[in-house]
Amino acid sequence: MAATMMMQSRGQNFNEISAQNALVPDWIGTEVSTGTTIMAVEYDGGVVIGADSRTTTGAYIANRVTDKLTPIHDRIYCCRSGSAADTQAIADVVSYQLGFHSIELDERPLVETAAHLFKASCYRYREELTAGILVAGWDRRKGGQVYCVPIGGMLVRQPVAIGGSGSTYIYGFMDSNYKPSMTKEQCLELTAAALTLAMERDGSSGGVVRLASISEDGVERRVILGNALPKVSTH
Amino acid sequence: MMQQQEAGGFNFENSRRNAVLESSLAENGFKYLNPRKTGTTIAGLIYKDGVILGADTRTTDDMMVADKNCEKIHCISPTIYGCGAGVAADALLCSQMIAASAQLHSLNTGRRPPVAMMTRQLKQTLFRYQGQVSCSLIVGGVDDSGPQLYSVYPHGSSYRLPYVTMGSGAAAAAAVLEDRFKPYMELQDALQVLQDAVLAGILCDLVSGGSVDVCVITETGADLRRGVERAAVRGNRTGDYRYKRGTTVVLTKSTTNLRHDLVHESVQTTDQD
Repeated sequence: MAATMMMQSRGQNFNEISAQNALVPDWIGTEVSTGTTIMAVEYDGGVVIGADSRTTTGAYIANRVTDKLTPIHDRIYCCRSGSAADTQAIADVVSYQLGFHSIELDERPLVETAAHLFKASCYRYREELTAGILVAGWDRRKGGQVYCVPIGGMLVRQPVAIGGSGSTYIYGFMDSNYKPSMTKEQCLELTAAALTLAMERDGSSGGVVRLASISEDGVERRVILGNALPKVSTH
Repeated sequence: MMQQQEAGGFNFENSRRNAVLESSLAENGFKYLNPRKTGTTIAGLIYKDGVILGADTRTTDDMMVADKNCEKIHCISPTIYGCGAGVAADALLCSQMIAASAQLHSLNTGRRPPVAMMTRQLKQTLFRYQGQVSCSLIVGGVDDSGPQLYSVYPHGSSYRLPYVTMGSGAAAAAAVLEDRFKPYMELQDALQVLQDAVLAGILCDLVSGGSVDVCVITETGADLRRGVERAAVRGNRTGDYRYKRGTTVVLTKSTTNLRHDLVHESVQTTDQD
C-alpha cells in the first residue's frame, strides 16, 4: 500500500528554488505544519483529549478549523502535532494496521497496541519524520490510557500529556492544576482551560478548541468556538 | 564502523543530482532552468446542490506570461474535477494519473469513484515524493456521500472543508470567501462569490491573471465554463498613426528596370513514397 512505503532520506530543502522568486510569497514553498497544542488526560473509565484547530504554512493559516483528533479505531484516537503530511500519513498507516489486526483478533484492539504501532513507524523513520503524537483511548483490559510518542519515537504512558509548540506555555498550568482521580467533567474543563491559555500565547495555535471524551460507551465530540472559550486569564 | 545504507525505500538520487547541478550552474553564472509554474488563484466551495470550482488562467515562465488562457480545472471523472497550482506539469500529470485510476475503478466496480478515494490516492503519491512533486490541488466532486471538497498540499496533507483557496493568490481569494461564504447558497450567489474570489486573486496577485474559469458539479454531472469573467480586457486603439496618402508631396518620379539573367539552374528530385 502506498502509505506504507516511506522514503529513505529527505536531503536538503529543494523548495528554496521557488522561494528565491521575490514575487511568490514564501509560505508557498513551506511545508504545512500543525504548530499546535494537544492534550490528553486519563480519568477513571476513559480519556479526554483536546486540540486547537490551526494549521500553518509559514505565516499563513492554511486551515483554521483543522481536526487534529484523528480516529484510529472505535475507541482509540490520536492527537497530531508536527508536520501535517507526516502525521496524516502515519495515522493512515496505523489505522490500516490496527484495523487489520482487530479483524484478525475479532475483538477491539488495545490502546497499547496502537501506541506501539505508532512508535514503530515514528522510530524507524525518525530521521525523515517530524511527528509528535498522543495516542489515547479506552480498552477493556486497562480502561482509559494515554501514551505519548514524541519526535524521535519514544513511547511512554502518562496520566496526563501535552504536546505541540503551544504546550511549552502550559507545563506550569498543567503541573499545578492536574490532580489524579478527576472526573470526566473536571478533565474536560482542565483541557479546555489549558488549550485556551496555550492558544492565547502561541502564535501557531488558535482557532477553535476541539474536545473528545472516549469511554466504554463511545466517543463524544464537541467544539468550543472562539467566543465561547473559558475566561481563564485574569488580564 | 560505517553505517550501511538500507536497500529499498524511495530513490531520491535525481533530486540530489539536480541540487548539485543547480549550485554548480550558479557558480559559473548560469541560471537554473525554472519550471513553468501556474502562479495561481484556485478556489472552490460547496453550495446547495453541489460543488463549484474556480481558477484563473495564467501560466508563467519565471516572470513572463507563458500562456494567457490555460486550463487549470482538470477532469478526474465525470463528477470529480481538480484544480492545480504550483508547477504546471506536476499539477496536470497528477490529475491525469488519478483520472486514469478513477476510470479503471469505475470500469471495475460499475460505480462512480468516491472523491475521498481520489484524494487519498493523490495525497499518498505526493507524500511518497516528499514534496518534490510540487503541486497543490483542490479536488471537488459529488459522489454517493454527497458533495465534497478537499485541498491537498504538496507534501501530502489534505483537508476536507466547505470552501478552500490555494495558490499564490490564495490569501486574496480567501479574504472574499471568508467574508461572503454561507452554507447552502443558491447557484447564482455561489457563482458570484466564487468568481469574485478568483477575481480578487487575479487583481491582487501579480502571477495570477487572465480570465476566470468555473466548473459547476452537481449530482447529474459537471459544467465547465471557460472565461466567465475577464479581469482586464485589452482596449481598442482609438487613434491611427498612419499618414494619409498625399501628406508628403511627390516632387519627381523616376523608374529603373533591373534586368534579371538566368545564370544557373539545377533540379533536385526528392524521394517520393
